[in-house]
Amino acid sequence: MSTRRPWTRDRVERVVFGVLRRVVIAGFLLATLVPFYYMIMLSVRPIEDLLLRPDSLLPDLGALTFATYEEVLRPVTDGGQGFLTLLGNSAVVASVSVVVALAVAIPGAYAVSRLRFFGRRQISALFLMVYLFPAIVIAIPLFVLLTKLQLRGSLVGLVLVYIAQTVPVAIYMLKNYFETIPESIEEAGLVDGLNRMAVIRRISLPLALPSVVATGIFVFMIAWNEFLFALLFLVERRDRWTVSLGLAQLSGTVEIPTTVLMAGSVVITLPIVVLFFLTERLLSEGLTAGADKG
Amino acid sequence: MTRTEERGVRRRTLAQRDARSGLLLITPTLVIVVAVVLVPLVWSVLIAFQRVRLIGIGRTGLFDNLTLANFVRVFGSDTLWDSLVTTITYTAGSTLLAVVLGVSVALALRRPFFGRGFVRAAMLIPYVAPVVAVTFVWKVLLNPEFGIVNSWGRRLFGWDDPVAFLSQARGEISLFGLDIPVPTALLTVIVFEGWRYFPFVFLFVLARLQAMPAELEEAATIDGATPSQRFRHIVLPQLMPIIAVLVVLRTIWTFNEFDDIFLLTGGAAGTEVVSIRVYELLTVQRNVGAAAAQSVFLAAVLAVLLGLYLWLLRRRGGTT
Repeated sequence: MSTRRPWTRDRVERVVFGVLRRVVIAGFLLATLVPFYYMIMLSVRPIEDLLLRPDSLLPDLGALTFATYEEVLRPVTDGGQGFLTLLGNSAVVASVSVVVALAVAIPGAYAVSRLRFFGRRQISALFLMVYLFPAIVIAIPLFVLLTKLQLRGSLVGLVLVYIAQTVPVAIYMLKNYFETIPESIEEAGLVDGLNRMAVIRRISLPLALPSVVATGIFVFMIAWNEFLFALLFLVERRDRWTVSLGLAQLSGTVEIPTTVLMAGSVVITLPIVVLFFLTERLLSEGLTAGADKG
Repeated sequence: MTRTEERGVRRRTLAQRDARSGLLLITPTLVIVVAVVLVPLVWSVLIAFQRVRLIGIGRTGLFDNLTLANFVRVFGSDTLWDSLVTTITYTAGSTLLAVVLGVSVALALRRPFFGRGFVRAAMLIPYVAPVVAVTFVWKVLLNPEFGIVNSWGRRLFGWDDPVAFLSQARGEISLFGLDIPVPTALLTVIVFEGWRYFPFVFLFVLARLQAMPAELEEAATIDGATPSQRFRHIVLPQLMPIIAVLVVLRTIWTFNEFDDIFLLTGGAAGTEVVSIRVYELLTVQRNVGAAAAQSVFLAAVLAVLLGLYLWLLRRRGGTT
C-alpha cells in the first residue's frame, strides 16, 4: 500500500490539467468546426426537410440535393441568384488588389528594412497608424468623393481602397522576412557589381518568395472577405456586387430559401478555407514573425 | 590618398545612393497611403464642420458652409450615450473573451500531440472565413424557428420558448429561482466576437509560447513548482507583453467594428454601436456632415481611451 504515490498538489494538478487539456481541445474543435459542418449540411438539404426536422445534425442521405448550388450559381436572368458573376467580380477585385499591393509593398518593405533614408521611422509609424485607424472614418469622404466623381458602382474605387488598406500589413509581413535574410549575401552581390535594384531582383526577392506568397494570400483573403466598402460603393449595382456583398444583400430577403443561401455561403467560404489550409503554416509564420521575440 | 580614405568616400556615396533608392522605393506606398487614407482622414474632419447632404454634394466646396451644427446634433441625441456605453461594453466583453479563449487554446496546444497541425489550422478557420458567411450561419443556427440551437435547447434543457438570441434586447435567466435580467442580443454578439477573434490571439500567443526557453520551467519543476505555479510565475509573466499588445489591437478593432454587428442584428435590440450610427446617418438619413461628426467623435473617444491605457501602462512600468 505504501508504495502508492501520495496525492500531492503537484500530482492532482497534473491529472486535472491533463484532463482539462483534452476537454479544451475537444470543445474548441466542436465550436470551430460545427458551424461549418452545419453550413455544408444545410446546403445539401431540401428546405422542407429542414423545416420538418430542424434538430437533425445528419441530412437524410436519400434526399441529398445539389439543386441549391445550381440555383445560387445560375444567372439572375435564368431565375438563379447569379453568384457565378459575383464570384467573378470578387476574383477580379481580389486578384488585382494582390498584384498591385505586392508591386507596391515589396519595394516599400525592402526600403524600410534595409535602406537608411530620411524619414524612415516616421514612415513606419505612419503605416502603423493606417493599419489601426477606423475604416468608417475614411469611408465617409471616400463615399462622398466617389459620389462626386460618379464612380460609385465601379470596381476601380474598391480596388484602390483595398490596396491602401492592405499595403501596411503587407509591408509589415515582408519587412519581417527581409530582415531575416543575412545582409552579407546582398553585400556580396553589391561587391560583385550589381546595383541595388539588381540585388533586390536577383537575390532578395527569390529568397523572400515564401513570404511574398504568404503576403499575397493574406491580401487576397482580406479583399475577398471585405464587406463595408463593398456595401457603400456597390450596393446599387447588382451586376457589380462582390460575393460577400451578394450574400449579405440576399440573406435579408425572405423569398430565397435558407438552404440556397447556405449553398452560397459554402461557395464563398470554400475557396478561402482551401487556400488557407494549403498555406496555413506559411501564413501563420508570416504574420507572427517578430512576435515571438516577446 | 590612403586606402581608408578611399573606402570612406565610397561608403558615403553608397549610403547616399541607398538613401535615394530607399525614398524611391517607398514612394508608391506613400502616395497611395496619403491619397487614400490621410487625405480622406483630414477631409473627414473638415466635412464634420460643414453642412453637407448627399444631394447637394456636387456643389459644396472645400470650405463652404462651415458650422458646428453637426456636433450639436450628434451630442444632442438622446441615444448617443447609450450607444457609447453599448460600444464600450461590447469592446471590453469581446476583447476579454477573445484573449481568455485564445490563451487557453494556445496553452492546450503547446505540447505536441497526434493531429496538432490539423487542430491548429481548424482553430484559425473562424478568423479567415468570410464574415458574411459566418454571420449568416450563426443567424441560422440561432434562428428561433428552425435554428438547431433552439430546437436542441428545448429538447435537452427543456426551454419553454425559443430564445430570440439576436432580436431580444432584454431576457431573463432563471438561476436558483432568481430571474436575472440579461441583454440577450448584446451578449450574443459578444460571444460571436469572442468566437471569431480568439484565433488571432491564439496564433500570436502560441508563437510566443513555442519560442520560450524550456530551462526556466525545468528548473522550477525541479524546485517543486506545480503546473499552476509554473504558469502563474514563469509562463504568464513572459506572455504579458504580447497579451498587452493584443489587448490594444483587439480593443481598437472591436471599437470600430461595423461588419459583425451590422450583419448579425443590424444594430437592433440594444446592439447599436457608434459605427452603426455613422452608417445610418450616412446612408439612411443621407446627412454626410453629421455622419462625419459622429465618426470623428468615435475616433476621439478611442484615442482618449488608448492614451489612458498607455499612460497607465507606462506608470505601472515606471514604478516596478
